[in-house]
Amino acid sequence: MSFYDEIKNYNANDIDTYLSNVTNADIEESLSKRKIKPSDFLNLLSEPAGEYLEQMAQKAQQLTVQNFGHTINLFIPLYISDYCTNECIYCGFNKTNKIHRQKLTLEEIEKEGKAIAQTGMRHLLLLTGEARDVTPIDYIESAVNILKPHFASISIEMFPMDTDEYRRLKLAGVDGLTLFQEAYDKAVYKKVHLSGKKADYHYRIEAPDRGAAAGFRMISVGALFGLAEVRKEAFFTGIHAKYIADTYLDTEISFSMPRINPAEGGYIPDYPISDKTFVQCMMAYRLFLPRAGITISTREKAEFRNNLIGIGATKLSAGVKTDVGGYARRETNATPQFEISDHRSVDEMAEAIRARGYQPVYKDWQMEMFG
Amino acid sequence: MENDKLKIGPKEFSSRLFTGTGKFASNDLIPKMLAASGSEMITVALRRIDFTAATENMLEYIPKNVTLLPNTSGARTAEEAVRIARIAREVGCGDFIKIEVITDMKYLMPDNFETLRVTEILAKEGFVVLPYMLPDLPTAKKLEDAGAAAVMPLGSPIGSNRGIKTKELIEIMIENCTVPVVVDAGLGKPSHAAAAMEMGADAVLVNTAIATAHDPAMMGKAFAMATRAGRYAYRAKMATVGKTASASSPLTGFLR
Amino acid sequence: MEITVNGKKEDVQQCSILEFIRQKGLKPEVVVVEYNLNIIKRENWAETRIAENDNLEILSFVGGG
Repeated sequence: MSFYDEIKNYNANDIDTYLSNVTNADIEESLSKRKIKPSDFLNLLSEPAGEYLEQMAQKAQQLTVQNFGHTINLFIPLYISDYCTNECIYCGFNKTNKIHRQKLTLEEIEKEGKAIAQTGMRHLLLLTGEARDVTPIDYIESAVNILKPHFASISIEMFPMDTDEYRRLKLAGVDGLTLFQEAYDKAVYKKVHLSGKKADYHYRIEAPDRGAAAGFRMISVGALFGLAEVRKEAFFTGIHAKYIADTYLDTEISFSMPRINPAEGGYIPDYPISDKTFVQCMMAYRLFLPRAGITISTREKAEFRNNLIGIGATKLSAGVKTDVGGYARRETNATPQFEISDHRSVDEMAEAIRARGYQPVYKDWQMEMFG
Repeated sequence: MENDKLKIGPKEFSSRLFTGTGKFASNDLIPKMLAASGSEMITVALRRIDFTAATENMLEYIPKNVTLLPNTSGARTAEEAVRIARIAREVGCGDFIKIEVITDMKYLMPDNFETLRVTEILAKEGFVVLPYMLPDLPTAKKLEDAGAAAVMPLGSPIGSNRGIKTKELIEIMIENCTVPVVVDAGLGKPSHAAAAMEMGADAVLVNTAIATAHDPAMMGKAFAMATRAGRYAYRAKMATVGKTASASSPLTGFLR
Repeated sequence: MEITVNGKKEDVQQCSILEFIRQKGLKPEVVVVEYNLNIIKRENWAETRIAENDNLEILSFVGGG
């Protein structure tokens, strides 16, 4: 049993039919409930629910403060390699992009880690492209060992792995797994992942199950907004998160909300998503799973991110470089995985968080004993 | 009512509202909240230090006349909880300890079995043990036998602000326990605290609802007043219930 | 010599616990020290010399409910 089996219970056509029949009365009833079911979640994701955004935001704000206090967790991504064997048409690391590829040596990784630690960041998200020959598990394990002394928590956002491989990384000190399905819609998934291991939908969608079974403490799921019809994508993301939370009680679940920005290769999304719909999805996530974290990356603009602090966001990145080696080096000729919209430094982000009456939290967890 | 003191272990408390130090937007709100609420006991937690960040001493924010109640949060086993308790006492936090052993990260339910094991060990070492527990009478009786100074059943899951969802189970404990019953967790508004006290609880412990209020000091005072009101009602053998509504201000204006 | 501090290996010079705390830039009054699973009282930090393979846990009080 895995989420692959669970998702079979939902038929995309049925969901479309359901969504087109949602009434205001349905939405109001869902909004009045303390605990909402998947059908309520769909009501909140429906187009007419866009008219109830303010009420959803009021409830989302209250639930967020109740569960997370006036705090925002900060994290920072570190790209250690952009070699990739996949052909994802929306991604800057796409193997057909003629870019100068790099893989950091362990020495360079340490340099990057130290440069990041200087900024005060303690929660690290470690990333690579998918190229097992260039960046095998041994290499990732060594990277984790080198970075560990500088950080309180290390999560990975990499190609999906086997349970045993996840276990190895967990033993090395990794405590979180971020893995986006990108598109839950199978047809779209196939259309945008032309070749490489990533074309395997089934292997990818079960990766959070394998990560949770391996004992990662935090699992983050997400759909890449823009690839497929957003309301259904958000629905499946929510169902996925709930499934992981229900099945693996010792795992903390969170949502990431990446939205497509132009990366090198100039991909234009088939299903662009407006700020308003983006916020509606976020509110629906919060109401559906009040205790789940919600991560908003620097793909989004500074002012927009500021506004999300009060209504549901719990984790923000700052001072971000999405090109390999970008932290320690002054000049770079590397290609970023995606374009950043919010260029604020860690200190500037922390100040913006404080300005909204929230406390920036650099560390809420320590890899080993005493949480 | 002047003589209505609550005795836990060797100490007597005039205020039946216990508070916590978690989730405040900044630490300097804590002494203000304590002053406004008159709370005489407050929880603190122990964590590994972050060498690279300036570390504040939480204890500096707590006046000397307030009893510290270090908790064992972060512990997932009895052994870890025992270790934290010993450290807390060794560094001068006093003998009071709140046992909190949580093995379920989804609902954050206390693990009664591990909690009982910790209580047995620490009570023998002279600690004043206040175990946070699921409201379960057989366990509460075993905790008493093991030497617990009070028992602290949850009203609803930590931080949920849902009030006393475990009402009937707590009432059973109140009827049958010989040590004080302190309702801990889930009290989201002063009326919940009043309800707990009307039922006959000996005290309440409130953290999230106060810490995350817009004005924690004022909310602390509100809880203190409600706690006292509930206590008066209990002693007068009277109680009432009410209903609330909430107002709003726009949060999504930035989208228009 | 090598010791373990909060679960991480560290290379340190000969020193007392008090000196170590100061070197780390910490105010002695805000931290708690567990030394080889025993708690060392603050008064004894100056006289306790750190030795090879020692295990130090340095903790502080934080907010909690």
